[in-house]
Amino acid sequence: MILVTVGTDLPFDRMMKIVDRWAGDTGRRDIFAQIGEGGWRPKHIPFVEFLEPAEFKKRFAEASLVIGHAGMGTILSALLHGKPILVMPKMAIYGEHRNEHQTATAKRMMALGNVNVAFDEIELRAKLDLIDELQGREPIEVHASGGLVEGIREFIFHGWNENCR
Amino acid sequence: MSRSKPKVLAIASGGGHWVQLLRLRLAFEGCDVVYATAKEGYRSDVGCASFHVIVDANRSNKIGLVRSAWSIFSLLRKERPDVVVTTGAAPGFFALKLGKLMGIRTVWVDSIANAEELSLSGAKAGSCADLWLTQWAHLAREDGPQWKGNVL
Repeated sequence: MILVTVGTDLPFDRMMKIVDRWAGDTGRRDIFAQIGEGGWRPKHIPFVEFLEPAEFKKRFAEASLVIGHAGMGTILSALLHGKPILVMPKMAIYGEHRNEHQTATAKRMMALGNVNVAFDEIELRAKLDLIDELQGREPIEVHASGGLVEGIREFIFHGWNENCR
Repeated sequence: MSRSKPKVLAIASGGGHWVQLLRLRLAFEGCDVVYATAKEGYRSDVGCASFHVIVDANRSNKIGLVRSAWSIFSLLRKERPDVVVTTGAAPGFFALKLGKLMGIRTVWVDSIANAEELSLSGAKAGSCADLWLTQWAHLAREDGPQWKGNVL
């Protein structure tokens, strides 16, 4: 099952239309979409507007691959589960997001080898046609460790010890 | 008030902000942790740890902002944490500013999604925090956020 998700904020009709057309052209029946509140309704894919967190996790775990916006929640979920993921950045110039951070996120995460990215509709369709070849990477750990965690910990306990004196 | 261990309020909006906050869990080992976010559906993410729902801050609605700030203020007053840790966005910012007024120490972890530059709101929030962190090394500044790593 391929899970398509647009995130918990605004819909992503530009992406949904390409995916829907691809589903129609290929006759694929193994796709499920979360289209967002008020999102454009696909003609060839079963969909819901919104998924409760527990349902979202379940769908994610069961998916063979994920297609989505370049939101950190979606990307991190895919990495946690080791799922192959293809993302397209939402863009502020199209009113899809508050700012252009998704484009930057996508570029950086792609450079880290974590996600596959289609930056426009043409690229998206091209990558969809090759979707079954998409690879996931090793799942990341459930919790972060390393410098950031240590830094926060040190701040919490250093201050605590100071105040106890 | 004597406590045997530090109390941490870990607060974030839903979606990517919440996912990142949860990944920081190991930082809170040995602490009493209170989690807060805007959706009841996330309760199962924290197991048996203390969990509160706060009113989400809706940017386009002034009344919503006031209600959000009030719900966070009530939570801070009730729990009296030693430290507030937040990954944003707006509810985290409120927790930061209100916490500071109450003498609580604060940590702002800028989202890993801010990969090219700091967001204006992130900079505004971060500069108020006692510890301001970015998750990208190239964004660290001497008078700005520190970089110590990321949530991956």
